[in-house]
Amino acid sequence: MSALIELERVGRTFPVRSDTDKRIHDFVALEDVDLTIGAGEFVTLVGPSGCGKSTILDLVAGLAEPTSGTVSIGGRPITGPGLDRSVVFQQYTLLPWRTAQGNIELALEAKGGLNKAERASQAEEYLRLVGLADFANRLPGELSGGMKQRVAIARSLSVQPEVLLMDEPFGALDAQTRELLQEELLGIWERTGTTVLFITHDIDEAVFLGQRVAVMSARPGRIREVVDIRLDRSGAGDHDIRGDIRGDIRGTQAFAGYRHRIWNLLRERSAGSVGRREGVASVA
Amino acid sequence: MPSTLLDERTEAELNPRQRQAARAIGVSTYATKAGRVGRGLLGIAILALVWEFFPRLGVVDPYFLPPLHTVLQAWWDLASGGELWVHVKASLSRSVVGFGLATVVAIPLGAAIAWYRPIREILTPPLEMFRNTAALALLPAFTLILGIGETSKIAIVTYACFFPILLSTVSGVATVDPQLLRSAKVLGLSPVATFRKVVFPAAVPTIFTGIRISGAAAILVLIAAELVGATEGLGFLINYTQMNFLIPQMYAAILTTTLLGLTVNYGLVAVERRFSRWRT
Repeated sequence: MSALIELERVGRTFPVRSDTDKRIHDFVALEDVDLTIGAGEFVTLVGPSGCGKSTILDLVAGLAEPTSGTVSIGGRPITGPGLDRSVVFQQYTLLPWRTAQGNIELALEAKGGLNKAERASQAEEYLRLVGLADFANRLPGELSGGMKQRVAIARSLSVQPEVLLMDEPFGALDAQTRELLQEELLGIWERTGTTVLFITHDIDEAVFLGQRVAVMSARPGRIREVVDIRLDRSGAGDHDIRGDIRGDIRGTQAFAGYRHRIWNLLRERSAGSVGRREGVASVA
Repeated sequence: MPSTLLDERTEAELNPRQRQAARAIGVSTYATKAGRVGRGLLGIAILALVWEFFPRLGVVDPYFLPPLHTVLQAWWDLASGGELWVHVKASLSRSVVGFGLATVVAIPLGAAIAWYRPIREILTPPLEMFRNTAALALLPAFTLILGIGETSKIAIVTYACFFPILLSTVSGVATVDPQLLRSAKVLGLSPVATFRKVVFPAAVPTIFTGIRISGAAAILVLIAAELVGATEGLGFLINYTQMNFLIPQMYAAILTTTLLGLTVNYGLVAVERRFSRWRT
């Protein structure tokens, strides 16, 4: 598998005004982050809140630049947003005055090269992919949270990106909807072959979705370890005759083992870091 | 049934998910359409009765406040004679031109002010000064500079309408949800396309708040300007009839300005609803 996205010794600092002495410091959000994501891979990034997960996603999306190190896609350094990478955010980012279909057409308008009828038919196709063909003319305000995120996923996929970046996209959904969408996402990933970088703070979600789980530690944000996940997914997402999901992978011994291992990694790190570092991370 | 705000707002109802599951919307037991319209009409009827009978009963001097039927009779005479229309047309055209000019200038300027930080920082203090200078206080200045004709009247309407629209545009554009901007950025929309497809539509409901305030201000300020110096227009008609002790005609003219204001306001509300339907 060839490397598609590479982060090499990436560091990112933000200027902050400290509460204690009112001076401007550099807050170290990321330090020496190395991560390689292969083409077609599904990598999840898990870590405690405030560890810099979203900063990594911003860097790959091109919304931010690293202060040190390099972030590259297909060997070229990332200089800004591009249609080879699409993002699904946690907050709903659909335009509330456009219908579900209109929101997908927006992405296609940005991409260009299609006429109105082509955009409409392509938008329809992607709505069908996420199972919302019947809701094409609904405004986001008339859709449930889960449906809104499905439209957002369809919008991101409609420009046929090489990489799908997802920043806790299911964080605001209720547990049942979340599990349903996780399964659908895996199905879509298998069908489209898109590379996915998925951020979450939910260990179960990370293990369930990822082929590899990158575990982060906070202050400063680093990749603690990358865990390979080998689960028998042959049944995941399929339904048996009764309509139940066949073989709930979350109930297996192997799943519990991975969950425990990652839980330990997260715990060790935060216990250790409290002892060594205090206050606003390392101050420049 | 006497119902207080407390009863109404705390009434038990379906929550949004239940509504979605039932594919229905809740119906309040307090607020029915018939009840609302009926009570509204009752309010108007009470006002009409007070106006009709207080002068007749001598509670107020019927010479200075004639009973409603006299005023309506005078209104009908003015309207059917075509005289009223001349004045309405004069006032309306001045308001529309002034209001239109203000809209055309204030929306792009407001958008530019909100979009570019340096422009915003330079222009905000002088604009705040202008905004806090009452339009009517400047009427003498407008008359001095632009003369007593149409120009100064249109100018003062433009001035009065300009600031509400400008400020609401600035606030509408400046407060667009940053998440929408971030997603426009990752979709690779150009700044121009972002403005046209994301920022402006998002700002429209806020801009309309200013437009509605301006609609009311346009009529208000114009009538005041016409009271001072004009040869036609509703303000002139009010002033002229008062000077000549045509009291019922004066009230008829005042009533006409009320109707004009109501029409403008409800017209703008309807347009606003058309553009903000998504905002639920």
